[in-house]
Amino acid sequence: MATVLFYILGFTMLAATLLCITRRNPVHAVIYLVAGLFALALMFYLLGAPLVAAWQVIVYAGAIMVLFLFIIMMLGLAPQDVPEGPGWQRWGPLALLSSSIMICTLLLIFQDPMAGQQIDDFYLAPQVLGEALFSRYALAVEIVSFQLLFATIGAYMLGRPLPKDEDQ
Amino acid sequence: MISFGHALAFAGALFVLGLTCVLLHRQILMILIGVEIMLNGASLVFVAASAYWRQVDGQVFVILLMAITAAEVAVALAMVVYLWRRKRTLVADEFNRMRG
Repeated sequence: MATVLFYILGFTMLAATLLCITRRNPVHAVIYLVAGLFALALMFYLLGAPLVAAWQVIVYAGAIMVLFLFIIMMLGLAPQDVPEGPGWQRWGPLALLSSSIMICTLLLIFQDPMAGQQIDDFYLAPQVLGEALFSRYALAVEIVSFQLLFATIGAYMLGRPLPKDEDQ
Repeated sequence: MISFGHALAFAGALFVLGLTCVLLHRQILMILIGVEIMLNGASLVFVAASAYWRQVDGQVFVILLMAITAAEVAVALAMVVYLWRRKRTLVADEFNRMRG
C-alpha cells in the first residue's frame, strides 16, 4: 500500500512541478509548486521522516511560498507585466535536452537497475532526530543560526531606501 | 517496498525540472522558484538515503537545508524588491550593466 502511494505521490509531484514551471503568471506557478511540495512532504513521511514532512509543510509551503506570494502581490506583478516567452529558437534546444533527461529518468524508473536494493520499513521518531540535531550536530545548528542572522542583516541592508541620484 | 533507485530517479527528475525552470524563464521570481525546486530534489535524495542506510544524518541535513533555504530566500526576495525599485522590471536581461 505504501509503495503504491509513493508512486502516486511521485508522479503527482512531477506533474505539479511541470505545471509550475510552464506557467507564465507567477501566482499560478507558486500555487502549483505548493501542491507539489505537499506531495513531496507525504513522500518524506512514507520514507520514515515524519518531522521533516511536517517541517516541509510548515516551513516550505507555509512560510517560504507565502513569502513569494507576498512579494508578488506587494510588487503588484500583474500578468500583463510578465514578458512574452522566448521563441522556439531559444527554448527548443532546452526542451530537447531536458525532455531527453526526463525520458532517461522515466526509463530508469521502469527498468530499475537497482531493483534489489529496497528501502525497508523505516521510521525515525522525532525524538531521536532532535537528540542527534542538538548533540552531534550542535555546531551545525549554531552555524545555521548565524547564517539566518546574517541573512536578516543582509535583507535589512538591501531594503534601505535608495539614494536620490540612483532613483530612476 | 520502495526501491532506492526509484526514489533517486524521482529526485533526479525533480532536479531536472528545476534546472529547466531556471534556464527557461527570464523573470527573476521564476528563476528563484526553479532554485527552490532543485533544492527540493536534493532533500528528497537525502531523506531516501537516510531511510536506505537507516541513519539519522540525512534527515538532520535536510532540516539544516531548510534553514539555509529560508535564509537564501529572505536575501533573494529582498534583492528582488531592490531591483524592482531600481528599474521597475524583473526581467533578468535588463540588469546587464555593472553601474546602472
